[in-house]
Amino acid sequence: MPDLTKAKEPFRFSTRLHLTELTGLRATNLSQLSGLMEKVPDSCIYHHTHRFLQQHQYLSPEPPNDFAYWVAEILGEDELAEKLASIDTIQYSDIATLRKDFVSVVNDFLKDSPLAKLKFARLGEEFYFMKSMSFILPANFVASDLSEFAQMLKYITFDSLYFHVFESRLRLGKGENDFSNWIENSLGDKALADKISRLDPYTYTLEELRKKLIWIIKERIFG
Amino acid sequence: MAKLEEYVPIVGQSIIDDLKLLAERLKGRAIQHVNSTAVGGGVAEILTRAVPILKELGIETKWDVIKGGQQFFEVTKKFHNALHGGREEITPNDFEVFLETSQKNIDELDTSADIVFVHDPQPIALVNKRRDNKWIWRCHIDVSSPNQKVWEFLKDYIIKYDSAVFSAPSFSPQLPIRQFLISPSIDPLSDKNKDLPVELIDGVLEKYSIKKDKPIITQISRFDRLKDPLGVIAAYQQVKKYIGCQLILAGGAASDDPEGLEVLNEVKARAKEDKDIHILLLPQNDIEVNALQRASDVIMQKSIREGFGLTVAEALWKGKPVVASNVGGIPLQIKHKYSGLLCHSVEGASFALKQLLSNPEYAKKLGENGREHIRNNFLITRHVKEYMLLFLSLYYKEDIVYL
Repeated sequence: MPDLTKAKEPFRFSTRLHLTELTGLRATNLSQLSGLMEKVPDSCIYHHTHRFLQQHQYLSPEPPNDFAYWVAEILGEDELAEKLASIDTIQYSDIATLRKDFVSVVNDFLKDSPLAKLKFARLGEEFYFMKSMSFILPANFVASDLSEFAQMLKYITFDSLYFHVFESRLRLGKGENDFSNWIENSLGDKALADKISRLDPYTYTLEELRKKLIWIIKERIFG
Repeated sequence: MAKLEEYVPIVGQSIIDDLKLLAERLKGRAIQHVNSTAVGGGVAEILTRAVPILKELGIETKWDVIKGGQQFFEVTKKFHNALHGGREEITPNDFEVFLETSQKNIDELDTSADIVFVHDPQPIALVNKRRDNKWIWRCHIDVSSPNQKVWEFLKDYIIKYDSAVFSAPSFSPQLPIRQFLISPSIDPLSDKNKDLPVELIDGVLEKYSIKKDKPIITQISRFDRLKDPLGVIAAYQQVKKYIGCQLILAGGAASDDPEGLEVLNEVKARAKEDKDIHILLLPQNDIEVNALQRASDVIMQKSIREGFGLTVAEALWKGKPVVASNVGGIPLQIKHKYSGLLCHSVEGASFALKQLLSNPEYAKKLGENGREHIRNNFLITRHVKEYMLLFLSLYYKEDIVYL
């Protein structure tokens, strides 16, 4: 085992458990979808761009967001669905900009395809706006060097992994995932931090992401 | 009854650890569930499991059942059908009967717990007794297009609660109170869902004189028009023209459902002398229900309306291919052609049945995917976790809460 740098501050894993809040708001066509997308709270946009990641964590690839899924499966607008699915969530560091781009994509499409406004979802198949209420609490895992960190990554829940990689970066507006932050600032290993930052976590299932992170860290430890 | 640690091999240690972490945050708070029946139906079934788990986690929890006579339950059954969008003539006298029994329960039931958790419309008026404690109304019914007269009547009570809970997004109306989405669940260790030895399954088939010489199609549900047992028979009859098969229609009757016997007689009349149709009245015999599901080749749930449709989750958990209507909470459990087949009509149901009976490998794959989907999203451990989060949500207004 190579000598491992002790962290200035240990990494304290948290977990995030969520409850889905219903808003009673629903869209039956694209104009309503775009109108509501502009108005609903940030928590709604976050929910609909991240729900699939957790609910179908064993599937890959999965439809990346609820908007794209509904537009394709219910309205049958494949071209727009593809554009919505292609919005690269990892490039965004705040919800406001992400929301703006989703709205623009729908509005631009409606300008070019006015007939699309006439497509309506059947009763019961409308788009229902929901939001996430997140509860963040400390998990019983604390790592003070990379080896401990890799070991704990094996045992933390998907919720914990999800929190540090997705939610903390985008929803809490930290701009970077917690793992890269800690590795750079507490262990001083910028190269490893950057390598983890460059991963696009949206293209993995959570189990695959866990394995990938462990592999990258072990590669760093053992060379 | 199963202990928490027994769920570890099914869901993993970390999920159980999360439950314990949450329970610590609820120490000192007393929870009271109130519903209208101690046995029969999905609500009683969930509470039978959720209450002991919450207690084992150290949360003070009790479960009370309101009292009501036959007249009261006939009225609440009418309410139930009307909320599902059925045509029901609700008279002023019906509302009076409801209010009279509600008042008796208000007078008799102690509702002083920190959090009072009221299930479905029958006990809804108890909220008139609220003091400075927290109240939640849990709606297990599909209220996506309710009879407005009944809905408006109930809404006057609903808005007095702190929060409402619905089982599917399409049930969510616009309300001035917070509302949450919590799907119901099944208990993988209950008599209804635990693994069974082959000898026991064969024994149950023998008891009901069911031979294994033809594929078995089964629908397990109360004898209720909303479960469309006549539609199931019609779909089976269309399949039988091409594929030799047999049909089991099995279910109990809940004590708050006076309509059951009438529907059972209609089903018997429709089945006539077909010896391959087995109509079984199984009052609360969970092991036998489990055995029948496991003995089946395909499970159906051809409901016209559905609060959630837990029998779908039960079948999928057993790795069975399912044909079910695209209503209520069923599409949350079945992704069409991925974890089962959804249908909208008798013809659609019979076509799906034929597909599954003719392609056992395809049927097997759908069942396997379904089992994983249930493991991840519809087991009691997830449900208890969300109930605890719901209790905590009553004390926080923000979307992000640090505990």
